[in-house]
Amino acid sequence: MKNKVQLFSISLISGWVMLFGGAPLLLLLITSFLKQHPEKFYQFSFSVQSYFQLIDPAYLDIFLRSVRLAGLTMLFCLIFGYPFAWFTGRLQQHFRAAMLIMLMIPFWTNSLVRTYAVRMILGTHGLLNKALLAVGITESPIRFMYTDSAVVLGLIYLMLPFMILPLYANIEKFDYRLVEAARDLGAGPLQTFSSVVFPLTLPGILAGCIMVFVPTMGLFYVATLLGGARNLLVGNLIQHQFLVSHNWPLGSAMSVILILMMAAMLALYWLVLRRFSARGQVYHA
Amino acid sequence: MDTNFQPVLSINDLSKSFDDTVAIDHFNLAISQGEFITLLGPSGCGKTTLLRLIAGFEKPDRGTIFLDGVSIIPLPPEKRKVNTVFQSYALFPHMTVFENIAFGLRLRNVSSQELKETVGAALEQTKLASFAGRMPSQLSGGQQQRVAIARAIVNKPRVLLLDEPLSALDARLRSEMQVELKRLQRELNITTILVTHEQDEALSLSDRVVVMNEGEIAQIGTPREIYEEPSSLYVARFIGDINLLPATIEGRNVGDTLGATMLGQQISLNSSLDFSPGTKVQILLRPEDIRLDRDIQEDMPRFSGTIVERRYRGATLDTTIQLDHGPTIQACEFFDENDPDFDYQIGERVEVSWVRGWEVILPDEE
Repeated sequence: MKNKVQLFSISLISGWVMLFGGAPLLLLLITSFLKQHPEKFYQFSFSVQSYFQLIDPAYLDIFLRSVRLAGLTMLFCLIFGYPFAWFTGRLQQHFRAAMLIMLMIPFWTNSLVRTYAVRMILGTHGLLNKALLAVGITESPIRFMYTDSAVVLGLIYLMLPFMILPLYANIEKFDYRLVEAARDLGAGPLQTFSSVVFPLTLPGILAGCIMVFVPTMGLFYVATLLGGARNLLVGNLIQHQFLVSHNWPLGSAMSVILILMMAAMLALYWLVLRRFSARGQVYHA
Repeated sequence: MDTNFQPVLSINDLSKSFDDTVAIDHFNLAISQGEFITLLGPSGCGKTTLLRLIAGFEKPDRGTIFLDGVSIIPLPPEKRKVNTVFQSYALFPHMTVFENIAFGLRLRNVSSQELKETVGAALEQTKLASFAGRMPSQLSGGQQQRVAIARAIVNKPRVLLLDEPLSALDARLRSEMQVELKRLQRELNITTILVTHEQDEALSLSDRVVVMNEGEIAQIGTPREIYEEPSSLYVARFIGDINLLPATIEGRNVGDTLGATMLGQQISLNSSLDFSPGTKVQILLRPEDIRLDRDIQEDMPRFSGTIVERRYRGATLDTTIQLDHGPTIQACEFFDENDPDFDYQIGERVEVSWVRGWEVILPDEE
């Protein structure tokens, strides 16, 4: 009886994963190995043509640009998110809940809408420029829109919670008495951070970085809305192949490469976690 | 030791409040080199706060703490030459036993040769030599405890602070660790302050015990003084089992005794203290001070009662006696080798008294 229930649950779950996770991935993989066709989306015959096209320096440029912008976004999210997560974790229980709710509230609004809001603030006649003019810091409006900075700012704004939540989950479990122990043994604040706090919150840092970096690579509309046509990212490129150029095999090949890269990052994270648990560590994020 | 009169640690008029709660109230204490001092009291009496003030985790509202004659109040914890063994041990979970112990030495840029030797010696002293490469999570509670001690003493602190270090261990391990802690402290001649709420720990380890009550010193003295001559009902209640019998002072007798009435009988008490006639007092008698029937000395008052409970404890026979005109009394008698069958039946009638001069007179606080 129990075995039947188990069998049913397992087949249900694996069936679900196969249908909604495995099958689309498989379709993507197959499509990436199909031949391109000038009029239809693809031609049904095997080809590695799309992967060879990816070696094009123009694509490599866009790819490196995406890595750079996603990396910058990740770094700033970490710099802003870590102190926030740390101090929230040190607050009393009911204050923590309040802080996290405030962090979550913007999530209830669609991220596309919020990106438009960022446009309103950064525009030539936007809030930021109006404020700067009123205070007299600048004589004429500054151009914030359609720059890399605007894209990164928008990305940070959207992605910050994805950094804070895994960090907070890790930091909340951090035993603050270890800080006192380190201080007691002669470590100053910086040494305490580098030798105790940082290594013990590393799984949270890595989890947060992956949670920010991976989706940022594919967030095409932020680059479109804040960076304009000039700011092409991997996400834009893929979107373009599917919706504009109708070159499905090339778009699929790009997606496969992106997925492989994410898989590599997750594998790295898993290796670090395993090293922690091999040492008897239980500080999972 | 006595040639050097400067105390290692001296606490002057120290006060600390949290919000509206007074944790430490005008506290004064001087501790000399090599002394083992215990801060004893119930939770919330301020003993842990005092330890945290010495370690530097709290700032006092007023008063100073001198270490070797220099105020350490302006110093952060890492600059104070004191080390703490935390109640939860607070071992670094990502470091081996060796690295945990070496933590303090590494920060002081000790040469690698000296580091190895010093940590090795600490591992030997705490019987951890074979565990150097283990992670804290792979150790038992007692072993973790020893790592925490080794991690502190390896830095040769001027004062070692122990925050209820044995409270997480089971009874047998705890008494083992008590012996080991005392041995280490004696061998290294380390000035030590122990915080505990366990009276047997305080009595068996300390040179002096500081009984604390609401941020103040209730009594300070050797374990024997605290046990045999408690200065207040609070201290008496906190240390050991007690019987309290109400009495009224009549006046000073001829000779050196005080006359009093207790449970309707005239008694005489040994006390150099003077109480005015009519003063209500409490007579404190430990269970082992009580004598029954034929063990009662001549001229001692006798109170009759009934055995209501008996507990065989191996070395002793503990009884509870309901006095006919008074409260119940706990008695604890050692077995006598001349009388191996010595025992009581429940309901048996007995006469109760105590060993002359062993009573303690305490002012009635209630």
